[in-house]
Amino acid sequence: MKHIVIIGNGIAGVTAARHIRKHSNNQITIISAETDYFFSRTALMYVYMGHMTFEHTQPYENWFWKKNNINLKNAYVETVRTTEKKLQLSNGETMTYDTLVIATGSKPNKFGWPGQELNGVQGLYHKQDLENLERYAPNNQICKRAVIVGGGLIGIELAEMLRSRNIAVTFLVRENSFWNGVLPEGESQMINQHILDHHVDLRLSTNLKAIIPDENGKVKSVIIEETGEELACDFVGLTAGVSPNINFLKSSDIKVNRGVLVNRFLETSVPDVYAIGDCAEQRQPIGNRRPIEAVWYTGRMMGETLAQTICGNKTAYNPGHWFNSAKFFDIEYQTYGWVFSKPKEGNAHFHWKHPEENLCITIEYNVTTQKFEGINTLGIRMRHEVFDRWLTEERTVDYVIDNLSEANFDPEFYKRYENNIRSYYQKLKEVA
Amino acid sequence: MSLKVNHSLSLSNPDTNAINNQQKIALAIGFVGLFILVLALLNVDMPNKPLVLTSSLLLLTVGIVWFSNQAYLTKLKGIKNDGVWFKSISNRGVLGYLTGIALTVFYIVLYFYPQYLGLGKNGAENTGLVALFDPLSKLLSGNSASQWFVYGTLYTLAILAFGYKFILKYRHNRYQQLRTVSVMFFQLGFAFLIPELMARLNSDAFKLPYYDLKNIWPLNYYNFEKYRVDEFINAGTIGLALLLFGIASIFIITPYLTYKYGKRWYCSWVCGCGGLAETAGDAFRQLSDKRLFAWKVERWVIHSVLVFVVVMTTAVIYSYLGVDSTKYWLTKSVFLTSVVVLLTLVFAGTMLFKRHELGKDAKLGAIGYFVIIMALIGLHVFSDSTKLFIFEKETLRNTYGFLIGSIFSGVIGTGFYPIFGNRVWCRMGCPMAAILGFQQRMFSKFRITTNGGQCISCGNCSTYCEMGIDVRAYAQKGENIVRSSCVGCGICSAVCPRGVLKLENDSLKNRINPKEILLGNDVNLMNFLNKN
Repeated sequence: MKHIVIIGNGIAGVTAARHIRKHSNNQITIISAETDYFFSRTALMYVYMGHMTFEHTQPYENWFWKKNNINLKNAYVETVRTTEKKLQLSNGETMTYDTLVIATGSKPNKFGWPGQELNGVQGLYHKQDLENLERYAPNNQICKRAVIVGGGLIGIELAEMLRSRNIAVTFLVRENSFWNGVLPEGESQMINQHILDHHVDLRLSTNLKAIIPDENGKVKSVIIEETGEELACDFVGLTAGVSPNINFLKSSDIKVNRGVLVNRFLETSVPDVYAIGDCAEQRQPIGNRRPIEAVWYTGRMMGETLAQTICGNKTAYNPGHWFNSAKFFDIEYQTYGWVFSKPKEGNAHFHWKHPEENLCITIEYNVTTQKFEGINTLGIRMRHEVFDRWLTEERTVDYVIDNLSEANFDPEFYKRYENNIRSYYQKLKEVA
Repeated sequence: MSLKVNHSLSLSNPDTNAINNQQKIALAIGFVGLFILVLALLNVDMPNKPLVLTSSLLLLTVGIVWFSNQAYLTKLKGIKNDGVWFKSISNRGVLGYLTGIALTVFYIVLYFYPQYLGLGKNGAENTGLVALFDPLSKLLSGNSASQWFVYGTLYTLAILAFGYKFILKYRHNRYQQLRTVSVMFFQLGFAFLIPELMARLNSDAFKLPYYDLKNIWPLNYYNFEKYRVDEFINAGTIGLALLLFGIASIFIITPYLTYKYGKRWYCSWVCGCGGLAETAGDAFRQLSDKRLFAWKVERWVIHSVLVFVVVMTTAVIYSYLGVDSTKYWLTKSVFLTSVVVLLTLVFAGTMLFKRHELGKDAKLGAIGYFVIIMALIGLHVFSDSTKLFIFEKETLRNTYGFLIGSIFSGVIGTGFYPIFGNRVWCRMGCPMAAILGFQQRMFSKFRITTNGGQCISCGNCSTYCEMGIDVRAYAQKGENIVRSSCVGCGICSAVCPRGVLKLENDSLKNRINPKEILLGNDVNLMNFLNKN
């Protein structure tokens, strides 16, 4: 019986633990300094918004861990001594392991802005970030204005959170349109408008220069790079992406770059040490995927795969077709396959948008072969299974447009737009 | 000391904009309407009753409508759960408890002390609140009001006004809107107007029992009592048609519709209890208990109620049947034999065809209940027949009416909305829900489909499931939700931020599909593991 120690109780680590338990009777310990029990990180926003209590974000009841013989340890790992297979914990204890799984996730990026360590300046990733947010932005009397820096998924979520408590929000976005490094133009613009509709002061092509403290070391204002304008505020959210949370490995002999370097078997440079989830960096990128994927689903899939390897069925991490989803205030976003903000060489986009409602789709396809590459949808739900199959079968864009109703996943009685989409598609084809 | 649990992590009040000024005025208007009813209750002399009643009901409606407009029409359409766990009324805070106590007291008075509401006993004139409703009752049925008429009117008003609120809240969601229009229609038409108007047809020569057509046995546990059956039969063709409809509802209509659409066709589209829960009770849906323990309790309690109502109804019908088959074919022994045959068929069919779908405890439960019923009937056959089973039938009937009909469905079921959530009765007590749920679990095309690997385990679905189903537990495994208790309200699907859940009617095959590895990972790995 091996002792398998997992550092990090997020989706990657917990999925690995659950699957290892299903397939073996190894001793399993999960270490976390963040919380006692696993919770859904993506749901933290709903706690602040009052949709749920923190307990609701915990997918398993507290008895689950003991029943499944998974030990939980609330501690912070300071160093990893791989030669002795020993962990040094910050409370002075040590712990030995036979197999180590690093699943420590991410931390918010800070790009060396003056004042980035002030009180009232923070990212949104950990539970502690939520606690600080409650301290510095509990309502619109204590926080008269909040500034958010960085126009990505966490930034817009933070804006939605603060708006739910009627706090004035200024949203600084470096790009000239929201998340347009990922979203095609039509979608990005729809989201720009939706952000404005929620009374957020959206500043595109705008960078942060510095954060100014008051006499107590708390944020007082920010300076805008482009205009030099000083904006008074009580809270600054830094949401310009995340990077692997691996500072504690600096002194170890585990090879790291931005993340912990792993091969396709999720093995690090040191035997019996693996890394999964946000903190892992693939030595060889897989397909169009980035070497570091800070996404819920990939964390889960790596956990599923690694459990196989640890239990004796050595399995390469082999994610299937890319998919993802998000929600921008009231607009749901789903993506299957690859749709780039600008079509890849040899590819083109088909974009359909509803004249009034916040609904649109973008399909990327190959111009010569007509092969369907991927779809983005805003405001329309699609069936994962169907698109996964179509991508595997390498269907053409015509086929996808003709069979779109098979993929629809909207609730019953919703208005359907397959016919509008098809006739618009055919009209464009005739013109071309 | 405050009873309020502070669910935000905030030291100060996060809910600084709980309600706006217009909503305060709307609330005041609603409370004036309510205050008029209280004055009536206190026997304050009202000069022009029709006018006073109209203005009271109108003020209540205007208050709710105005409040809702301000709550939802001032914002973009979308999910509107901001601050639900910060508000005293919806997080088991002081307001929640006060409302719960007020409702509970009202139900106790309604069921057990109607004279305090002003019901005139033994033909005496009504006074107080009931008297205030006399004009409306006379307008509809021609008779004076009873406490049930007062209750029915307020109940209908609640479903209509809060139904309007619910429709605004989900104005982006047509499933929610249609379903709400449906419960509003069935409450106003079938539960309220039609039975009252039917009463107009009654004369000395012709009398139909009060009959809400959508109220099916065993929810309507008294439908086959002697006085009702006599009235049905004496009312000629219409009466007989109604009686046959009542029987067909149980054995033909209900199973067929549940097969096609799941139990939601009844529980969240038609039923009056469901109607109130989905409209006035909507604000409390997040309070249902999601623990595994609650599910364990639920299954035993609701099925015990079902067994109770079967035994009770059998006893009641048995007691008034004859023994001479030359007079009428349906004799005591024919009836009892049919019951035994029917229950045996259901039991044997389930065990034969569906046992692999049942958990160990479900099998034990089924066997246990079956044995108990058969033993009771056996005891009867082999003993003298002055009593049915070992109980007097009146004792059974009264105990059921008191414990289940009054205490459970009314006092606990509705009075405790702000404490246990809005579907306690439907989940723990309703024998109709138990039957429909059994059908839904065993042979329905209905399921909630989960969307591949898209779940992020956030927990919105489970939190807002009024039936306390841990929806997330299924969604994060990519497993369809096929649960007897699911009433198909569709809120899990609505609140899901990732588009994971969809209510569907599809083929029975592969309806239940546990998965080890979710979609998105290596296809070979998925096949390899999911096969086992």
